[in-house]
Amino acid sequence: MRKKGTLRQILLITDGCSNQGEDPVAMAALAHEQGIAVNVIGVLNENAPEYHRQGLKEVEDIAMAGGGISQVVYTKQLAQTVKMVTQKAMAQTIKGVVNAELQQILGSKSTMEDLPPDKRGEVMEVVDEMGETMNLEVLVLIDASGSMEDKMLTVQESLLDLSISLNSRIGENEFSIFAFPGKKKEVEELLSWSSKLDSIGKIFSKLTLGGITPTGPAIKEGIAAFTRKRSSKRSFLSDDAPGYIEESGM
Amino acid sequence: MMPQDISKSPVCNLAAGEEIRGKWNQLIYRIRRRLGYGATGAVYLADSINGTVALKIGHDQMSITSEVNVLKRFSKVQGKVLGPSLIDVDDWQIRSVTYPFYAMEYLKGETLFDFMRPKSPEWAGILLVQLLTDLHMLHQAGWAFGDLKPDNLLVTGPPYRIRWIDVGGTTVMDRSIKEYTEFFDRGYWGKGSRKAEPSYDLFSAGMVMVNLAYPARFTKKSDPDRQMQELRKNSPMLRLYAHILEKAWNGKYRYAEEMRNELVLLLNEKDKRTVQQNKNPAVQKKAAVQKQTRQSQKKKQKSFIAETFLVFTFVFVVYLFYMLGQTM
Ligand SMILES: Nc1ncnc2c1ncn2[C@@H]1O[C@H](COP(=O)(O)OP(=O)(O)O)[C@@H](O)[C@H]1O
Ligand SMILES: [Mg+2]
Repeated sequence: MRKKGTLRQILLITDGCSNQGEDPVAMAALAHEQGIAVNVIGVLNENAPEYHRQGLKEVEDIAMAGGGISQVVYTKQLAQTVKMVTQKAMAQTIKGVVNAELQQILGSKSTMEDLPPDKRGEVMEVVDEMGETMNLEVLVLIDASGSMEDKMLTVQESLLDLSISLNSRIGENEFSIFAFPGKKKEVEELLSWSSKLDSIGKIFSKLTLGGITPTGPAIKEGIAAFTRKRSSKRSFLSDDAPGYIEESGM
Repeated sequence: MMPQDISKSPVCNLAAGEEIRGKWNQLIYRIRRRLGYGATGAVYLADSINGTVALKIGHDQMSITSEVNVLKRFSKVQGKVLGPSLIDVDDWQIRSVTYPFYAMEYLKGETLFDFMRPKSPEWAGILLVQLLTDLHMLHQAGWAFGDLKPDNLLVTGPPYRIRWIDVGGTTVMDRSIKEYTEFFDRGYWGKGSRKAEPSYDLFSAGMVMVNLAYPARFTKKSDPDRQMQELRKNSPMLRLYAHILEKAWNGKYRYAEEMRNELVLLLNEKDKRTVQQNKNPAVQKKAAVQKQTRQSQKKKQKSFIAETFLVFTFVFVVYLFYMLGQTM
């Protein structure tokens, strides 16, 4: 149980209303099947019209299918929410793992909540420890459709802030950023796996916002990016030793 | 799905007189009134067989359990209790929903803002000295407080003593801070990581003082260093402590004790100056008269002045010790 593992998450930031390609809910279910949690943040303008609020319905559906967490927020709360959602999703995954272990030890449907407070405290220490030391891979999918234009600066700041928090942990982090639609393709990679986000300012300034919202294809591309990463790891490293990939390989 | 409003949750709306029985230990708590609420839950004043306690009821098992773990550790730390002491931990079951809660020592006191309102600015320094003393002990025990802010501090007494409540942010050293508030967070201001280390808390401690001078708080501008420098200059209270605040802001203190000692020195200095100012006219007059008298008498007078001065400094040091309460 204490073995250092890797948590994989997709963080989708969108204002909803996907309108092209595969069903994003189906793609989220596919990601979940492969051990990737899909978290979704729906961003809303304070003065958003009603139809727009309706468009956010899919936010919840995608996260539910993706085994992740969803939250709808106004733009100004984005930074806090990005962190909260990421950390909550980590905790949820870890808790799932721990509960599964508990059931093996204690049998039947025992969960943390069924334990007396004393024992719960001990389990919590394990959960804390895992959250602090596990490696984390976050793939960020940014909705770059026209309606997101006035939110991009905030998105950028929020991601930077997220990296400050996560990089204060003991475990390793890697981030990758994709935008949809991209300049030439439906989905475009803005940043390939990297532990720092200091330079994202430049990436964002190059972004041009398009008209369509291919959310489903974006999630699909996200899954592919995780798969590529995993297979590159496997070919360079013999054993289960996540973390030190790029330097040793390339 | 929409942003949650915690104040609407049932745990935030218990009525006076309502009784809560713990599922595991079966102790009964009778609610008197709500003391406050925050992100993790609500805190009530309640009566029990253990006397009057503060009862914190939450919705999230993990964060309540986490806080309980911290409070348990504190009661194990030798010597003084840091933070409220832990009394009971249990679950409250109502209509098949389970809410975790714990009972802790009730700290009767005023908020930092209420306390400071009628007080002179040196009190801010004295409270900060007390806070830094506790922080030093906490750091020595291997923890950082994390979410340091006026809402999580109380002034009890007299004799006045700053105490902290809400250990939700308290984090083992070198791990990532569990809970923080932007205004008091150096990460937000671009002044460092969110790793639990003494300098993280010292930054927040400095910001607590800034918040006392600017109760409305404010947000980050493009050049936070300059912004903060201006703000320190423009507040008479902050100007007194500007040098120390700037060092805390820049992460120059490695230990809470370092910052504390500099602050004590500064407060002492200031007090001496006021003594001298009060005393000076008399001393000067006497000295003028003495000029024409014999050398030996002059010497005597001098030693008398020195003695008076010594006595005064002594009285002042004692007075300062008294004001610092149990700090030393
Ligand atoms: N031990 C205590 N004694 C007296 N008042 C308390 C105590 N603990 C909490 N409070 C009051 O309840 C408020 C909320 O408690 P807190 O623990 O800060 O909750 P949260 O973690 O949700 O922010 C505090 O701001 C304070 O006014
Ligand atoms: Mg609080």
